[in-house]
Amino acid sequence: MQRFDRVTGPAAPLLQPNIDTDVIIRAERLVGTPKEAMGRFAFEVWRFRADGSEEPDFVLNRAPFRGAPILLAGPNFGCGSSREAAVWALAGLGIRAVIAPSFSDIFAGNALQNGLLPVVLPEQTVRGLAAQIEADPDHARVTVDLERQAVVGPDGAAHGFVIDPDRREALLLGLDDIGLTLRQAELIEAWQAEDRRRRPWVWLGAAET
Amino acid sequence: MAATLLDKLWQAHRIAPAGGGRDVIHIDRILLHDLSGARALAEVAEKGYRVPNPALVFATPDHAVSTAPGRTADTFRAGAAGVAMLRDGARRHGIRLFDLGEDGQGIVHVMAPELGIALPGLSIICGDSHTCTQGGLGALAFGVGSSELAHALATQTLRLAKPRAMRVRFEGRFPTGTTAKDAVLAAIGRFGAGAGAGCAIEWAGEAVRALPVEARLTLCNLSIEMGARIGFIAPDETVFAWIAGRDFAPRGAAWDEAVAAWRNLRSDDEAVFDIDLAVEASGIAPQVTWGTSPEHVIAIDRPVPSPDEAPDATRREAWAAALAYQGLEPGRPLEGVPVDWVFIGSCTNARLSDLREAAAIVAGRKVAPHVTAWVVPGSERVKRAAEAEGLDRIFRAAGFSWREAGCSLCVAANGEAVPAGARCLSTSNRNFIGRQGRGARTHLASPATAAASAIAGRIVDIRKPF
Ligand code: SF4
Repeated sequence: MQRFDRVTGPAAPLLQPNIDTDVIIRAERLVGTPKEAMGRFAFEVWRFRADGSEEPDFVLNRAPFRGAPILLAGPNFGCGSSREAAVWALAGLGIRAVIAPSFSDIFAGNALQNGLLPVVLPEQTVRGLAAQIEADPDHARVTVDLERQAVVGPDGAAHGFVIDPDRREALLLGLDDIGLTLRQAELIEAWQAEDRRRRPWVWLGAAET
Repeated sequence: MAATLLDKLWQAHRIAPAGGGRDVIHIDRILLHDLSGARALAEVAEKGYRVPNPALVFATPDHAVSTAPGRTADTFRAGAAGVAMLRDGARRHGIRLFDLGEDGQGIVHVMAPELGIALPGLSIICGDSHTCTQGGLGALAFGVGSSELAHALATQTLRLAKPRAMRVRFEGRFPTGTTAKDAVLAAIGRFGAGAGAGCAIEWAGEAVRALPVEARLTLCNLSIEMGARIGFIAPDETVFAWIAGRDFAPRGAAWDEAVAAWRNLRSDDEAVFDIDLAVEASGIAPQVTWGTSPEHVIAIDRPVPSPDEAPDATRREAWAAALAYQGLEPGRPLEGVPVDWVFIGSCTNARLSDLREAAAIVAGRKVAPHVTAWVVPGSERVKRAAEAEGLDRIFRAAGFSWREAGCSLCVAANGEAVPAGARCLSTSNRNFIGRQGRGARTHLASPATAAASAIAGRIVDIRKPF
């Protein structure tokens, strides 16, 4: 998993509420598209016109937001299906953090598994950041600093955010949940050795690990 | 302190606290299918992890495969890559694969109980929300996303928050003609499609204890349609007798030891549930859904409700949209509504007992000429057993298409779909917009109602002559 410590850059404002996973990536793109290629289809219905050409007005198609590492969004971002491809699609566009007033649980969980940081800030704060960016889009920069647990706006003001300490550590180290759990491998193996005695029928002749 | 069955199952798998209110939970069985399973295996390989316990992992293709007689993985071309990935990953990691045409292949939630891969008290996961089906044996079984699946493959654990304990009791006895499918649809209609969110449901009560094992699997299958990721029934002698001798079930002294442990898998009498609900079993008539959510369900003898009767404004809108999509008028019963398609299949209702029930109704009769009717056995083993009893001949003689095992029209991700605008009576579990094909109109019901409706060419009240 990609490490996350600090990201600075343009932040694209896309503030409408309830942006769902179907808008982020259409279901039919899930079959046969490799994970790394999902970015091509991110926000497909908004980024492209029916004839396949780019929609020049869509924020992520406009300078300086094309390739922006940060997305500012409205409440309940990522609602809908559990498809992890929604996260892969955003990551494929180069987005490293989404700042929103709230996220769907499943989306936030999937994002953390992939080194994409969901940052929860009050709606007012998100709107304030968007207003500053829109006032001077070419120069406005936002920093998401996981070490300090703060978002620094274009005006230099820092806004603290909350994250589970285990999750934070995992992101700083680039450990996904697998990496985190494997650090407890000895504990797991000891439990399993005991379990082989307690519930032998579970083990189906699995080789001792 | 008195413990619920959920407490006992959780405690038996809890290795350590994981922080943030989560626990590290041991996973005893991992099931892989051709969509999420193939993807998770690829992810494990990409990240350079190994699968430490391949003997606890089982794979089978079911979702994106054709069920046309004589099919191969290539019959539905778009799905062939997923099957190839699953085969390749299984071979690389030493995972047992039940491939197309082989004994054991089938819809994961049908083949796992049937082979004794699923057992009481086991924690079982699959990248599929209907894994809760297997709770019918008294297992802690649930669906996961593809990262969680990869996590479990690499570590044999998951980091999970314990759900809340909900109990739903069916008191008394089900009337004749009422099946487990009708019972669970009635509960979803009563309590709502989101009622079990954040919960594990223990299905209980006299009527549930009287159900045979396959009906218990049907009941637990729809736990997710009531919003619960997990559903289970306390295992009893009925379950132990059903499991004994299955391929991966323990034998000899190990069997005795297992059964002794399984006898403790019940909620203590004094146990307290976060939510405790009851339904009078004797009042449940055969059910059919009218709308586009499993909670849009009515007894066959009731009229389709009007949006004006909806409990709130959001539902009023949803009901009106559902009626428009389904092409139905409120105030009229569903009985007598003409159907174009009938699908008997899916992990809900495609086990041998379901096919027997349907065949008993179909025997010696003909499918109405305007109806396309399919029977898709839930597994290769169900198919072979049904053929050995001659059920296939009964269905074929009546005009049904008798197909290979797979998910088929339940999910329509395999080249098989109900055409737009067509009305399908289906024994599956989801009537979402477009689920059985773009524009398809789905009515969920039991195998008996489906079989009778195929013959009549319209939706039938199975309790009356038709
Ligand atoms: S039969 Fe339907 S519900 Fe069951 S696993 Fe297959 S697609 Fe899912």
